Amino acid sequence: MSEGAAALVVLTGISKHFGEGDTRVDALRDVSMSVMPGEIVGLVGPSGSGKSTLLNVIACILEPSAGKMVLDGDLIFENRWLKGNLRQLRLEKIGFIFQFHNLLPFLNATENVAMVRELAGASTSEARHRAIELLDYLGVGHRKTAMPSTISGGEAQRVAIARAIANRPRIILADEPTAALDSQRAGIVMDLMSQVAKEQQAAIIVVSHDEKIFNRFHRIFYLRDGVLETVEKRATPAAV
Amino acid sequence: MNLAYRDIRHNLGRFVLTCIGLGMLLGVVLAMIGIYRGLVSEALALARAPQADLWIVEADRRGPFAESSRIPGDTREAVERIHGVEAAGSVTYMTTDVERTQGGRLRFQLIGYEQGRPGGPAALIAGRPLARSHFELVADRSTGLQVGDTLMLGRNRFTVTGLTAGQVTSGGDPVAYISLLDSQKLQFELAPPAARVELARGTPGGGKDTVNAVVARLLPTASATDVARSVSRWKHLAAISQEEQETILTRSVVQRARQQIGLFTSILMVVSAVIIALIIYTMTMDKIREIATLKLIGAPDRTIVAMIVQQAFALGGTGFLLGAILISTVKDYFPRRVLLQPQDGLALATVVMIVCLISSGLGVRLALRVDPAKALGG
Repeated sequence: MSEGAAALVVLTGISKHFGEGDTRVDALRDVSMSVMPGEIVGLVGPSGSGKSTLLNVIACILEPSAGKMVLDGDLIFENRWLKGNLRQLRLEKIGFIFQFHNLLPFLNATENVAMVRELAGASTSEARHRAIELLDYLGVGHRKTAMPSTISGGEAQRVAIARAIANRPRIILADEPTAALDSQRAGIVMDLMSQVAKEQQAAIIVVSHDEKIFNRFHRIFYLRDGVLETVEKRATPAAV
Repeated sequence: MNLAYRDIRHNLGRFVLTCIGLGMLLGVVLAMIGIYRGLVSEALALARAPQADLWIVEADRRGPFAESSRIPGDTREAVERIHGVEAAGSVTYMTTDVERTQGGRLRFQLIGYEQGRPGGPAALIAGRPLARSHFELVADRSTGLQVGDTLMLGRNRFTVTGLTAGQVTSGGDPVAYISLLDSQKLQFELAPPAARVELARGTPGGGKDTVNAVVARLLPTASATDVARSVSRWKHLAAISQEEQETILTRSVVQRARQQIGLFTSILMVVSAVIIALIIYTMTMDKIREIATLKLIGAPDRTIVAMIVQQAFALGGTGFLLGAILISTVKDYFPRRVLLQPQDGLALATVVMIVCLISSGLGVRLALRVDPAKALGG
């Protein structure tokens, strides 16, 4: 099987510009990349390089100006969106991990995770069962009834990972997941993400400035001025 | 999973305080409706007390409440002889302001009636009706008088023999009943100095055998229209049916007050709507990041809209409930009657819910425009 056929994320010639004429800004220029199952890739580059734009494109919340995008085997975009309900697609295929966990402050840890399952159509009891199972799996089972404001940053990020994988998505997008954590907690979070990538055969794309975690990526994509400049190979999925 | 409930639970203190504020506002709206109902009820109480079918008053007048009316004292005897009239009684109405025995002044409406005939108090809550022809008085309890109390009216001391409840005028003054003879003397007899002046001018003054109206009860088989036609053959008299009298009271006597209260209530409703809209909008603004996160992870719009609308309903419903409890508790301390009717409460609750639905539109609009990219930052 070719890399493109097996890859969970395949971008081909993706471009995105804002404005027209003199005000035109090319945020992404002919970006092509693919991410395999079980692979954690880093998306790095200076501010304004287009990392967030690329993440938003893969998250299906920003329409590219041109190109082709395949997610989990489905052609999602080819010069226009080919799927009507992108939100449902995100719910089923993509998990999100944020810099500041973004847990809903009015839901406890279990509810934050279970909510995603319920949105996907699971019953309340099934969703709760899955949430508790995931919290235990990620080592925060003892905080299942705690509100986000009462748990530490590392614990909150683990709950956020549980939420991200609650619907067993094949693609996980992480936006600076360790930026708010110290080295030790950042290491734990990366360990968990590696574990998830390996056990669930998910493709994880991490936008990060945090050089401490660069050695945890299988590949690193460098973006500069909207152009994907280099792909640095760090490790193979099997080696992690 | 009900996100609205969980958000409220998380910010319970703020929600309760907001509900209390809104409850007070809605309580005032409910009070205004109650005051309006009380106004109409009080205005009608006076007209309904005699349980009359027909009011005979001075010709071309809409007396005795909307306009003054003076007719001869023997009108009652003439009316009583009309075919179809079961009973009739003469009545007089005058407002008086007297010194209380225990100090302070007391303003009330004095009604003179013929004992044993229509025109007297409907029911007593204490004491007995008038038994003597002179110097006895039945007062409404809102006068503050008790059975056995005495009061100077004119040059005579009257004793309270009985008490009524809910008998007040459209202006809110309590009502007291005395005998027709006493009331005619009080209303139409000149004070001695004035009588002397009139005598000196060669005009001894009108006779005091004058009444303001005659109330008539008809036989069940009689037609009020026929009796009224018979009455109007006397050119100095006019007959007004009970229904017409009530219409005159509500449409004419309390019309301006009704419009005033109606306008004020409408303004309060608009203010409530604006406040509810602002509260919902602010509550939504506070959750922009959460809404962006929900959108990003794939929550459908209906989940987000439901959260906002349910919170708006919870706010309106709780606010209304608190307002209703507040007004039900304090209504008896108002100087005038506040009449709370279930149908008014239901109507206001419906209006509040509609206002909440419309007001939440602003928050919903804001939520639907939130960019899910906000959740990712950068």
